[in-house]
Amino acid sequence: MINISEVEETNKMIEESNLDVRTITMGISLLDCINSDVDRLCSNIYDKITSKAQNLVKTGEDISQEYGIPIVNKRVSVTPIALVGGAACRSTDDYVKIIKTLDKAAHEIGINFLGGYSALVSKGMTPADRMLIESIPQALSETELVCSSINVGSTKTGIDMDAVRMLGNIILDTAKLTKDQDSIGCVKLVIFCNAPDDNPFMAGAFHGVTEGDTVINVGVSGPGVVKRAIEESGQGDFGVLCETIKKTAFKITRVGQLVANEAARRLHVPFGIIDLSLAPTPAIGDSVADILESMGLERAGAPGTTAALALLNDQVKKGGIMASSYVGGLSGAFIPVSEDQGMIDSVNAGALTIEKLEAMTCVCSVGLDMIAIPGDTSASTISGIIADEMAIGMINQKTTAVRVIPVYGKTVGDTVEFGGLLGHAPVMSVNQFSCEDFIRRTGRIPAPIHSFKN
Amino acid sequence: MSRIIISVVGKDRVGIIARVCTYLAEHHINILDIDQSISQGFFHMMMICDPTDADLAFADLAADLEKIGSDMCVQIKAQREDIFDLMHRV
Repeated sequence: MINISEVEETNKMIEESNLDVRTITMGISLLDCINSDVDRLCSNIYDKITSKAQNLVKTGEDISQEYGIPIVNKRVSVTPIALVGGAACRSTDDYVKIIKTLDKAAHEIGINFLGGYSALVSKGMTPADRMLIESIPQALSETELVCSSINVGSTKTGIDMDAVRMLGNIILDTAKLTKDQDSIGCVKLVIFCNAPDDNPFMAGAFHGVTEGDTVINVGVSGPGVVKRAIEESGQGDFGVLCETIKKTAFKITRVGQLVANEAARRLHVPFGIIDLSLAPTPAIGDSVADILESMGLERAGAPGTTAALALLNDQVKKGGIMASSYVGGLSGAFIPVSEDQGMIDSVNAGALTIEKLEAMTCVCSVGLDMIAIPGDTSASTISGIIADEMAIGMINQKTTAVRVIPVYGKTVGDTVEFGGLLGHAPVMSVNQFSCEDFIRRTGRIPAPIHSFKN
Repeated sequence: MSRIIISVVGKDRVGIIARVCTYLAEHHINILDIDQSISQGFFHMMMICDPTDADLAFADLAADLEKIGSDMCVQIKAQREDIFDLMHRV
């Protein structure tokens, strides 16, 4: 039977270490909404989302109250819209019509983000994919709750460099169209290599075509809990450190599994996966950087950071896998800058650069995330940053992503305020040497060899 | 309905357990086990309850207990037992 110290431990995790379930995300297939008439398509999409997910928020709130565990976000992911809109959209305006429908549906059901304004172009772009990508600046500037993601590479196909080149300009245009809000449009746009079909986290969530009609995926969190456990474990050897992280990850994941099972049962929707990612928030103590520092680093970014992060990420997976039979999504520590107070402090202290962050992404998900860069960064440099990150994912058979914000009118030394969970960020400097001639080349980088791995 | 854990944390004073137990009895909620301790001047109590015959919904129970807690300057939480079972038992 449960004893008083176990009850206290759980409730301390929740009250003092910010333990929460970060998101319940309902994946909804929109393939059966497809119609060659765009207005009919929009009406089908609106009806399906608002009927399937009408009780999502209420159910999340009920579960949260009954178990005493905060469930921060309730969200929806949908089939990549480039596929859904292909038969109906004749212009970028038609795609904007669809995203406005998604935005309206998201507001109607009370969720805080909807993901899936996406295209999967790792080997090439169809006219529909191209049109959706071209519509992104307008689409993200005229809507509030919809997120966009573009998968431009994979280990099996290589990297579509035409899409990478195009997206450098798209990101700059999105920044410009949302310049009155510190270029916040770019916060809702992420570029992927090896994007998973079942990711519950934004901005990269979409409901892959390999999925069923509807599914419940849950993203856990708990950097604060891991940090406290490491602090309480003292200066033990690496065995003690690993054991501490694993045990904590197990406990966190079991809570996520409980919430996922309950949500699936009450919503009559199959359970999909638990995403084991440690997701920080700007709240003090809820930081992945703080975990790294509790292991013995003066600052995140110091030598040893990549090793510490690799250890952390691996132990979280080992503990989490034991707690849930169905693990998926991104499942790794997130290292966004603006959403993690410890990361922000490290950047301000001069300890953390984009280059070090890039090295860190080799050993964890998900990539260069929520990084503000100068607004006058060239499109080719942004494409170069994307290409580098995609190459890391492609070669290492892992998901990588880029979510950078070239903040219009701001430069190194300025700070950007996105608000809420999106946090605030110091504008970071970018390597000034040009990659323009490299990015100007057309075509794709071929898939890598799958043997001789050194 | 699965079992409920009621936990009370706060500064010790006369009548905390009596008040909670009276409330539970009024609503036909059976107390299966009680454990309590005092550490650093703080009162900790945990009750395992069976709400099978309860005459009110979980949300009302939780809200009432929270209100009783705030009247007595302690924090009272009601949570379903599964969260503790799953977290602490393999």
